[in-house]
Amino acid sequence: MSIANESTSEPKRRIQFAFTDEQEQFRTALRRFLNDRSPTTEVRRLMATETGYDPAVWRQLSDELALPGIHVPEQYGGAGFGMVELGIVMEELGRSLLCAPYFSTAVLAANAILNAGTETQKAALLPDLASGARLATLAIAEPDGDWNPAAIATVAAPAGDGYRLDGVKSYVVDGHIADLLIVAARAPKTSGLEGLALFTLAADANGVNRRQLAAMDPTRKIAQIEFSGAHASLLGNFDDGAKAIERTLDQAVIALANEMAGGAQTMLDSAVNYAKMRVQFGRTIGSFQAIKHKLADLLLEVELAKSAAYHAAQAAAANDPEWPALASLAKAATSETYMHAAAECIQIHGGIGFTWDNDTHLWFKRAKSSEVFLGQPSYHRELLMQRWGV
Amino acid sequence: MSTMNEAEVRAEVREWLAANWDPDMPLVEWRGRLADSGWGMPQWPKEWYGRGLPMALARVVEEELAAVGAVGVAKSGVRLLAAATILEHGSDLHKKRYLRRILTGEDTWCQFFSEPGSGSDLAGATTRAELKGDFWIVNGQKVWTTSAHHADHGMLLARTDWDAPKHEGLSYFIIDVKQPGVDVQPLRQMNGHASFNQVFFTDAKVPKENLVGRVGEGWKVAMTTLAHERRGADGLPPPPKRGTRIGRIHAEERAEAEKANQPYKWYPQRAGRVDLIIDRAKETGTNKDPVVRQEIAKLMTLAKCAEWTARRARAAQRQGRPQGPEGSLGKLAASHVARACARVHTLMTGTAAMLTGPESPREGIIAEILVSVPAVSIAGGTDEIQRNIIAERVLELPKEPRFDTGPFRNVRRN
Repeated sequence: MSIANESTSEPKRRIQFAFTDEQEQFRTALRRFLNDRSPTTEVRRLMATETGYDPAVWRQLSDELALPGIHVPEQYGGAGFGMVELGIVMEELGRSLLCAPYFSTAVLAANAILNAGTETQKAALLPDLASGARLATLAIAEPDGDWNPAAIATVAAPAGDGYRLDGVKSYVVDGHIADLLIVAARAPKTSGLEGLALFTLAADANGVNRRQLAAMDPTRKIAQIEFSGAHASLLGNFDDGAKAIERTLDQAVIALANEMAGGAQTMLDSAVNYAKMRVQFGRTIGSFQAIKHKLADLLLEVELAKSAAYHAAQAAAANDPEWPALASLAKAATSETYMHAAAECIQIHGGIGFTWDNDTHLWFKRAKSSEVFLGQPSYHRELLMQRWGV
Repeated sequence: MSTMNEAEVRAEVREWLAANWDPDMPLVEWRGRLADSGWGMPQWPKEWYGRGLPMALARVVEEELAAVGAVGVAKSGVRLLAAATILEHGSDLHKKRYLRRILTGEDTWCQFFSEPGSGSDLAGATTRAELKGDFWIVNGQKVWTTSAHHADHGMLLARTDWDAPKHEGLSYFIIDVKQPGVDVQPLRQMNGHASFNQVFFTDAKVPKENLVGRVGEGWKVAMTTLAHERRGADGLPPPPKRGTRIGRIHAEERAEAEKANQPYKWYPQRAGRVDLIIDRAKETGTNKDPVVRQEIAKLMTLAKCAEWTARRARAAQRQGRPQGPEGSLGKLAASHVARACARVHTLMTGTAAMLTGPESPREGIIAEILVSVPAVSIAGGTDEIQRNIIAERVLELPKEPRFDTGPFRNVRRN
C-alpha cells in the first residue's frame, strides 16, 4: 500500500482504531531487534561519535527488516506498506532511541521524492534510499527556524540544464552525513507559497558547505548547510511544489508524533519501575499517593497522546481529508506529553535523575528537540484551528 | 442456557408479538404480559421472567420488539441493579415479591449506600441495623440517593456488627421507603437542581425476611449491585419506528420517562458541552483571539484524544485482545475534558460569565455548565479514587498502608 496521492482525495477506507495482527507481529519483531541492537550503552556510544550511527546496524535494519523503504511502494524497491506501519517503526524507534539516519532518509527524503518526484525521478532515486544504500535528507527550515514553507528564502534560479541554489538551510537532520540533499527553495522574486519547489543535489557538490551544529540532543544530529551557486535538479515541478512540501511536512509530523508517543511510553515505564523499586521512609515511593497520582495522570496522558499519533497515521493511511489537521493535532499533543513525561520521570527519580549516568536525560533531550522540531505545539495548534476553519 | 439459534428466536418472538402486542393496552398491563412471557428480559433465567438466552440473543429479541414499535419492560433508574442483586443473592420470596413489579414499572427503587461520613470509603457505612424480634431496626443517614422521593423500595447497606472488621460487619436489606421511620429530603446542589435526596432513618423497620444474603455478607452483595452500576442519566425512549402502530401506550411510556429524567436535565452540562465550543467561538468573535484559539485547540485536542482512546478500547475488545490501560481511563479523561470546557467557555464568554439563568448566554446553558462541571470529578468515584485504581490495578503500584483494620468499633471515622 502506498501513500495516497493528492489526486485520489476519496477516502480509501475507514479510519481504523486497532492494529491488525500482522502489524502487532511486525511491532514485536522490531522491538526485539531494537532491544538487542540499541540498548542505552549503544545509544551512548553512538551519540558521542561524529556520524552518530552504526553502519552495521543500519545495514541490518535495511536488509533484514526493510525499514528504510517500509512505506515506499514495491515498484520503487520498498516494502509497500503505508503510514500506519511507518508510525509503528517510529514509535519503536522513539521507545529505544536508536541512533540511525532513519528520520532523514526514510521519513523526510523518501516522502519528499514520493510526493514531488516525476515517475522517472522516483524510479531513479527511491530504490537506493529504500535499500539503505544511500542516505538522504530534506532541508526546509533556515536559520530563523521557521517551519512555515512560506518563510523559505533560499532561491533557485535557472542555470544551464538545472538550477543554482543560493541560501542557508539549518536544522537539517543528518545533514552532515547525507549523500543526497533535497532542498526546498523558491523561484527568484516570488513570495509566500508561490514559486516553491524541491531540488536535489549530491551533498558533495560544488557550492555546498556543511557544518554540523552543536545539538542539545546528541542522538539526533543536525547540520547547517550553505548553498552558494550549487547546481541542483528540480524534483517534480513548480506548480505542485508548495503542496508537495506541505504534504511531506505533514507526513513527517505524523512520524515524529508516533516517535514521541514511543519515547513518552519509555519515560512512563521507567518512572513506574523506579517508583516500585525505590524505598524511602520505609516504603516504596510508589505507595505514596503523591507519586501514584502523578503516574496515573501520566498514564492517561500517554494513552491520549498515543491515540492522537495512531489516529493521525490511520487517517493519513485512509486518505481521510482531515488528515493534515490531525497531523497538527497529534504533533501538539505528543510534544507536550513527551516533554511532561520526561520531566516527571526525572522528578520521580529525584537527584539521580539529574545525573549524566542515569539514562533519563537521553529521552529528555530527545523530547525537548522534538518539541520544537517541525514546529512547536503552539504553531501546530494554530495550524489546527486554520485547518478546521475556525 | 437455551440452545435456540438466532432464526428460531426471531421467529418465536415475532409470533408472540403478533399475538400479543397492542399499542392501546395500558402500559403496566402490557409490561406484565411481556414479563410473564420471558421476552422482556430474555437473558434472565426461565424460572424468573426470562428465557435463559445469552446476551447476543437478548439483543436480537430487543431488535424484534423495536421492529414492531413494542414498548419494553421498565429499565429506568436503579431498578435493574436491584433486580440483578435480587436474582443473584435474593431468596425466592424476594424474587416473587419484587421482580415482576420492577419490570412492569409499578415499583421504583433506590439505593441507600453513600453516607455523609462514607463517600469514597463506602464500606465505612455507620447506619446501623439491629435485630429486635422479627424486625431489623434501622437508624442513620444516607445521602446522594437518586429518586428516593418517589421510590417504593430501597437497597440498604447497614452495619450489623461493630466488632467485625469494616467489610465484614455489613448486611444488605430491602427496605420499604414509604414508612414513618424513613424521612426523605431533597438535597439541593450548588447548581440549584435537586437531583438527589438525603434520607434519615429513625427506628425504620425491615422485616427479618428482607435480609439479602447472610448477615455480614452485605459488602459482597453490594459488590454485585455496584458491578451493574451505570453512569449517566437514562435517556428518553427512542420514538417508535416509522410505519409501526402508535398507540396510547407510547404516550404513557414517554410521560414516565420524562418524569424520571426531569432531575437530570443538567447532566449534559456537567460534561462541559464540548459540542458548543466552536459555535460559541464564532458567535462571540473570540475565534479571532490568538490566545483563545490556542485554548480551544488544547481543549479540542484533549476531547478528541479522549474519544479516540475510548474507541481504541472498544476496537481492541472487539478483536478479542486483552484490555489495555486505555480501557480504565475514560472517567478521568472525562473529568479533564469537562474542566477544560468550563475554562474555555469562561474565556469565550468573558464578563457575561457573571450571569445566570436566562440572562446568561444560550438561555442559561453556559452558566449551568460553569456550576455543574465540578460534579463530574466526584460522582461515581472521585478523580483521586480513579487515580488510585489506575495506579494499583493498571500500573501495579503498591497499596498505601491501611489504618482501618481490626474491629470497626475502633476504626477512626467521621
